[in-house]
Amino acid sequence: MAEQSIGKSVLRKEDMRFITGKGQYTDDVNLRGQTYGYFVRSPYAHADVGEIDVSAAAGMPGVVAILTGKQVAEDEIGGLPCGWMIHSKDGSEMKQPLHPVMAGSKVNYVGEPVALVVAESFVEAKNAAEMVSVDYSERDAVVSVTDAQSAPVIHEDAPANTCYEWELGEKASTEEAIASAAHVTTYELTNNRLIPNAMEPRAAIADFNPATEDLTLYTTSQNPHLVRLILTAFIQLAPEHKLRVIAPDVGGGFGSKIFVYSEETALAWASMKLGLPIKWTAERSESFLADAHGRDHVTTAQLGLDAEGRFVGLKVKTTANMGAYLSTFASSVPTYLYGTLLAGQYKTPNIYVEVDSVFTNTAPVDAYRGAGRPEATFLLERIVELAARETGRDPAELRRINMIQPDEFPYQTPVALEYDIGDYEASLNRALKMADYDTFADRRAASEAKGKLRGIGFSCYIEACGLAPSKVAGELGAGVGLWESGEVRVNPTGSVTVLTGTHSHGQGHETTFAQLVASRFGISVDDVEVVHGDTGKLDFGLGTYGSRSLAVGGSALAKAADKVVEKGRLIAAHLLDEDAEKIDFEDGEYRVKDSNQAKTFQEIAFAAYVPHDYPLEDLEPGLAEKAFYDPGNFTYPAGTHICEVEIDPDTGVVEIDRFTAVDDFGTIINPMIVEGQVHGGIAQGIGQALLEGCVYDDMGQLQTGSYMDYCMPRADDLPSFAVGMTSTPCTHNPVGAKGCGEAGAIGSPPAVINAVTDAVGVPDITMPATPEKVWRAIATADKNAA
Amino acid sequence: MSISVSMNVNGKAVTQACPANTTLVDLLREKLQLTGTHVGCDTSQCGACTVHMNGRAIKACTILAAQCEGAEITTIEGLGDADNLHPMQEAFRECHGLQCGFCTPGMIMSAVDLVNREASLDETIIREGLEGNICRCTGYHNIVRAVETAARKMRN
Repeated sequence: MAEQSIGKSVLRKEDMRFITGKGQYTDDVNLRGQTYGYFVRSPYAHADVGEIDVSAAAGMPGVVAILTGKQVAEDEIGGLPCGWMIHSKDGSEMKQPLHPVMAGSKVNYVGEPVALVVAESFVEAKNAAEMVSVDYSERDAVVSVTDAQSAPVIHEDAPANTCYEWELGEKASTEEAIASAAHVTTYELTNNRLIPNAMEPRAAIADFNPATEDLTLYTTSQNPHLVRLILTAFIQLAPEHKLRVIAPDVGGGFGSKIFVYSEETALAWASMKLGLPIKWTAERSESFLADAHGRDHVTTAQLGLDAEGRFVGLKVKTTANMGAYLSTFASSVPTYLYGTLLAGQYKTPNIYVEVDSVFTNTAPVDAYRGAGRPEATFLLERIVELAARETGRDPAELRRINMIQPDEFPYQTPVALEYDIGDYEASLNRALKMADYDTFADRRAASEAKGKLRGIGFSCYIEACGLAPSKVAGELGAGVGLWESGEVRVNPTGSVTVLTGTHSHGQGHETTFAQLVASRFGISVDDVEVVHGDTGKLDFGLGTYGSRSLAVGGSALAKAADKVVEKGRLIAAHLLDEDAEKIDFEDGEYRVKDSNQAKTFQEIAFAAYVPHDYPLEDLEPGLAEKAFYDPGNFTYPAGTHICEVEIDPDTGVVEIDRFTAVDDFGTIINPMIVEGQVHGGIAQGIGQALLEGCVYDDMGQLQTGSYMDYCMPRADDLPSFAVGMTSTPCTHNPVGAKGCGEAGAIGSPPAVINAVTDAVGVPDITMPATPEKVWRAIATADKNAA
Repeated sequence: MSISVSMNVNGKAVTQACPANTTLVDLLREKLQLTGTHVGCDTSQCGACTVHMNGRAIKACTILAAQCEGAEITTIEGLGDADNLHPMQEAFRECHGLQCGFCTPGMIMSAVDLVNREASLDETIIREGLEGNICRCTGYHNIVRAVETAARKMRN
């Protein structure tokens, strides 16, 4: 019997290859006869494309071919689709302008691919790309989100640059509640645009075999089956059964590797056209220009409170930037992943949200770690903080009196979601204790004594993971199913191969899923191998996004494992000559109740594959089972983050003195991995709050296009984190898990800004709260106080 | 123009013909198939390509192979393997100091150099010492723990 591993911090099975340099990322793969692609990209945000003169480039050394957007159009390769149809409040469908694989007659953002140069080496491809001459006629660029609807039109089929005008909730009752509220807090905010920056730049190798007509695509994807589905069913490059998509080791994603982009699509098309393997690896500058960006909302909100401080109504108006085209899931982010989260942890009875999504001449914007939920949480936890300050209430207590109580679940919010379970006060109380809230005043006094400012900020977040069920999502416009597949193959020796449609690019699935399955069978984690990331090996799967992998993919595996256990019971019944219902399976053994008659899991596996003594007339040989799991609801992780900062008023530099996070992720399989996910999420949230901001100038030129200009969190920008857990297991999946990948990035930004503004004594500082902005805010606050 | 460069890589003498503008990281990855050293940016900022040259950490994207003539180069593959891990590699695993693994080889090579060159370490020194290596996954919390753990082992 193996030691039960659920809830244990088992060291990661995948680590040995990464720490010894033996990982295999897409750029580490080289194929025989491989050529190299380099993209010619638009230097203008908005321009008509005239003649493309490739003659000089074509004569450069090593050049194999130069392919343009016009040839893509001639080959009738369609545009990149958006997978979620949103309807405007008038019932009309969202506007979906053609998103060409490479630009044809017009470019709409800086970095948009215009041509692909294929050469025998990377350097030759890049050198030749510089010789491609494109005749551009520049137009005025639409850059500002707030001006987009009154600016010149980018796409003729999207009047007023508007993709949709969406709403959720009851307008009349919300306005009424706010009109009759004892106090109304108003907040105008910008949720800053971010660039995801997974450390591995995107890359792909397309390899078409003209003899077999098999197309193999290695790509840095979070969901290889989705790539296959879109390239075959929608873009129709190849039949689905002839395209194999392999996402080997992938170096981080954070959402940016969910999407199907121009580059891998163009590469696949070009490989089929040329009959050659072609490799492309993004340079970091290309990642900045052409990876889908995140966030970028401008919002006005009003929160009404009654005389006791209870929230009576929340009204929100948001304008969301889609960028130049709709990326794969862009439309769903500021709608079903944002508006639905505006109840937070609170019993606000009336909520109404309007979202206008607009096109601009900037890179496409799509899901980035948290995707809509950080925007909702930031708005809510900032406006609640402001309400507490304006009404003279303790921010923790104001939150507490408005929280949904444990005995009120399931809880139907006014914005469509039904929360299944939670205990929000438990997380708040634990966090207050861990953060030493009681003695904050002493620490503030100590800071003041040395001429520093100290502030504390809270954030009580909720999020929704494991987007589902498929039927409901379909009714709301989703273009794909939202289930997950899992297969458990027991080998004749009793070791186990687990196949999952989710994808691990840092999350440690090879370990967590092995623990999950090993525990079901009472075998060692070392005897379980997890396979993912290859459509040639796996059933269809939806990949990894929205913190879904354990809650949805793990549930599929749990179901498949349970089927194995049941089949094994039938085999054991035969071998032990007893009725199946009298056989227990525990700790890796099938045992006749109240006896010492038993067969091990390994003996059953062997019998299944060497069926010499086996009920062949009743039971097929072999021991492998599949399951497809479609969740009945979202899962609802929640928690409290508390940030405490100290600020040097002379420089405006914010130092995070302590950061406490207490999260409820339901059942936890591997605490070490979960805490690691929380750490990383908090770092990205602190990055958004203090450091990171994507800036385009008025011409649509990206001003933050490198690590010299875009401030990534580095080791000396961050503190160590205090992380705690509470647990109310999810009620509707067999694992009890809720998902932990995004919570850190969702909960932390408002905690940081609440702390910074508390320290400075101003209502708001726009993210990122850089030293300059903080210093100016201090100067303004001092002037007002004088 | 093609040149010939000779150096010692992970204990082996290497002589390679390559264009004169070949960077060390390209030589390692494309000619010597040492793909553990990664490229994460194009401005010498991210540190994913960090290797040791004559015992000191350098960014292999920012040095020509020709400048390494006669040098001793150590990459992550030469630091230790699965049967014989360097204490820093071991500590990164034990402390969960990595997630996607992409920045990890560079981070480990920088961390080894940091421990070797600093007489004493605390969290501030570790964090400042790793400022040239960007990790997007871990929030650095467990990387700091790993460096502390490895430093104790390396000094015993």
